[in-house]
Amino acid sequence: MTTSETLLPDHAVEPERYELHAAPIYHFDLARRDFFKVFGGGIVVLLLLEEALAQESGGGRRRGGFGQRRPPELGAWLHIGENGVVTVFTGKAEVGQNIRTSLTQVVAEELRLPISSIHLTMADTELTPFDAGTFGSRTTPDMAVQLRKVSATARELLIDLAAGLWKADRKSLIAADGRIVHGETKQSAGFGELTKGQKLLKAVADDSPTTRAADWKIAGTPVPKVDGRDFVTGKHKYTPDVRLPGMLHGKVLRPAAFGASLASLDAKQAEALPGVTVVRDGDFVGVTAPTEHAAAQAIAALRAEWKTTPQISERELFEHLRGKAPGSQSSGDSAAPKADPGEEKPAAGDYRLQQTYTVAYIAHAPLEPRAAVAEWKDDKLTVWTGTQRPFGVRDELAQVFRLPAERVRVIVPDTGSGYGGKHTGEAAVEAARLARSAGKPVKLVWTREEEFTWAYFRPAGVIDITSSISSDGTITGWECHNYNSGGAGLRALYHIPNQKTEFHQARAPLRQGSYRALASTANHFARESHIDELARLARMDPLEFRLKNLQDARLRAVLEMAAKTFGWGRSKPPPDHGFGIAGGFEKGAYLATCAEIAVARAGAKVQVVRVVQAFECGAVLNPDHLKNQNEGAIVMGLGGALYEAIRFDNGKVLNPHFSQYRVPRPSDAPQIDIVLLDRKDLPSTGAGETPIIGIAPAVGNAICDATGVRLRSLPMAPQGLKI
Amino acid sequence: MSKVTELHVNGTTRGVDADPERSLLSVLRDDLDLTGTKYGCGEGQCGACTVLLEGLPAHSCRLRVGSVGQKKITTIEALEQGGRLHPLQEAFLEVGAMQCAYCTSGMIMSGVALLKKNPHPTEEEIVRFMEGNICRCGTYPRIIAAIKRAAAMPGDAQPATSGRTGGLK
Repeated sequence: MTTSETLLPDHAVEPERYELHAAPIYHFDLARRDFFKVFGGGIVVLLLLEEALAQESGGGRRRGGFGQRRPPELGAWLHIGENGVVTVFTGKAEVGQNIRTSLTQVVAEELRLPISSIHLTMADTELTPFDAGTFGSRTTPDMAVQLRKVSATARELLIDLAAGLWKADRKSLIAADGRIVHGETKQSAGFGELTKGQKLLKAVADDSPTTRAADWKIAGTPVPKVDGRDFVTGKHKYTPDVRLPGMLHGKVLRPAAFGASLASLDAKQAEALPGVTVVRDGDFVGVTAPTEHAAAQAIAALRAEWKTTPQISERELFEHLRGKAPGSQSSGDSAAPKADPGEEKPAAGDYRLQQTYTVAYIAHAPLEPRAAVAEWKDDKLTVWTGTQRPFGVRDELAQVFRLPAERVRVIVPDTGSGYGGKHTGEAAVEAARLARSAGKPVKLVWTREEEFTWAYFRPAGVIDITSSISSDGTITGWECHNYNSGGAGLRALYHIPNQKTEFHQARAPLRQGSYRALASTANHFARESHIDELARLARMDPLEFRLKNLQDARLRAVLEMAAKTFGWGRSKPPPDHGFGIAGGFEKGAYLATCAEIAVARAGAKVQVVRVVQAFECGAVLNPDHLKNQNEGAIVMGLGGALYEAIRFDNGKVLNPHFSQYRVPRPSDAPQIDIVLLDRKDLPSTGAGETPIIGIAPAVGNAICDATGVRLRSLPMAPQGLKI
Repeated sequence: MSKVTELHVNGTTRGVDADPERSLLSVLRDDLDLTGTKYGCGEGQCGACTVLLEGLPAHSCRLRVGSVGQKKITTIEALEQGGRLHPLQEAFLEVGAMQCAYCTSGMIMSGVALLKKNPHPTEEEIVRFMEGNICRCGTYPRIIAAIKRAAAMPGDAQPATSGRTGGLK
């Protein structure tokens, strides 16, 4: 088995960002006085990711500069104020995955404190430690573990303080209900009583002990969204809701097509409008105005000519990605699929199957579009923006405006979703550029059309699979080539001795980047469809065929659980209905999905009637939010499975509106039953992404069950079923 | 064209000074700081901007503020009265009917309009009524469950007769 990856230069594609492992450029200073200046007295516990710091108090430690010993990387920190208030600082961003709640839970667990006593400060580059970004389902396996460690250490520190105060044996002291209590005398003290007058800074190494999942009392329970009330009342301020005194509204002139350059601009009419300023800087043209309406009018009044260049259109897409279209370029040492699966020729009596699967470009379409509010004050730039990479956007801003990073602050209000689509800082850069010229704060909110056009897309791709099975239904060979969509989830978890998988990057015609679960959705669609095709060739039940060919006990467990709950094999589907099953693994989590679909022959309409999904991601932190992620991912995944596709022609998106780009709506949602396998003996892994990977193949397999027609392209039914 | 100088919002008359061509959404958000109502698409397709106009759901992104006149506008901010949430807000919290929650205001306003018109809707009626509201996080099953739950709550889930939303009659 080989997995290889060849890369084109950076400019060719928007990289799937969390596959990059660049070290952070900036590090927080560990100056103790700075901490207490910012946060006030009390105790601070820091988590050191790399080396255990010898000088725990850290006083006077300065950033070393290049060539000197690198300061250790900080993961998170926690402050207990002299009033007993617990504040946790993490660079992660809340985008609807409910980590503000799950992270609060783990802190509450270790500190033996009610949820309501803890506040999380998230994703603010001035207040929180560096974090590469909220992606890759890393919050639970990394940040939750770090916060458990700092919280456990803080608890022990409080016990030390109480032991000193009462001259008691620390072994007789426990933390309970936000107090340190003496087991025998019942003497107790609140956290604030113990931290009063203290300025204690403690650094924790990565191996601090924490509470076992089996003993959790707050973690592992269905705690509701911690600030839910602010959302149902409309009080929460997302980025577009931020308002600063004297703020103007900004808007950017968009080119006529991708890659176009500005040939000429006549701004006279726009500049004559009251309160309007036009900013031109190279190919960037934008306006500021007192209202959004006036800004839109000013943009409409600009007369611009653009120089465009011919570009790949959707009809040539898949040939182009494979490297077969004229003028296209493919990388990788095997641009064309090899005929032989694995190293050996299939033995006599084996079946061989070769099929091609494709996935379209799709848009994230987060309901909160890209937005930013930028303010320059005393040579310092502050930007509020909805991004999954606050520090990445800070660095973008620092680079664009040639500022040292410490003069840029990025604040991320809890954001109206991202799905991997908000890794970049376009709106932040645009708002900051306009604000610099205007000399006033500027708010800029992308229109839906801009979001559909100028954000980046989930990569389209072509996947070729060649396989062989023996007459008893054993998979004997497997070769899979993914062109452009990505390498995530490419390797099959089935037990296949001759397995070869390769990812080939192409020169992508559209700007592409991360999307929830990356290419795992595409690769699972291809593989789990192909597995179903093999099961049919072997005349075996699709579940039985899968179980026969796998050894991974965790994958087996979710498949069996989903099948049992669904009633797989217990009855035949009604006429014009079909059953489908798929299993998978991604980002440390396992899932199996069973779907029942109904086909209305007259309208060629396919309706997903019922879905059962079994999910296992180690010890569950919050079962209700985990179910919610699963349900939501199934509904969202139906869009890419059945009807979502970005249509494009010669550098233009043809369907940049919700009226033209169909996303799932209430009537599309099936009856959903989520079964969680809570493995308290295993580390918790993330679950914001993996729940989306099973639905497309399960639905495709169910369509084939109902109609006998195998659909190998996502979306499968953009204009209804064509069968 | 003459400017719009007042709007009847959430039971009070608010003075504004707005170009009549502007959207009601932008005047609510930018001039009156009622930011609970969201921009999602600007074309009446996603429902994030839903407010009630004389008790009926309306897409404030597509409404010229100059066309509103004396009509009574109700936004999400008016549902909580004296620290008490509207039953549908309670139900959204109890069911956990949100993820990023950017659609939530619009969902709740549409749901309130539905329950006002039809206090005990069937599931089909809920789905049909809510079809114009998009939740990209895909929480529709929970949103539908929350509306059912509010409809089943003891007392009256209708703001119109409970008198807790001033803008409705």
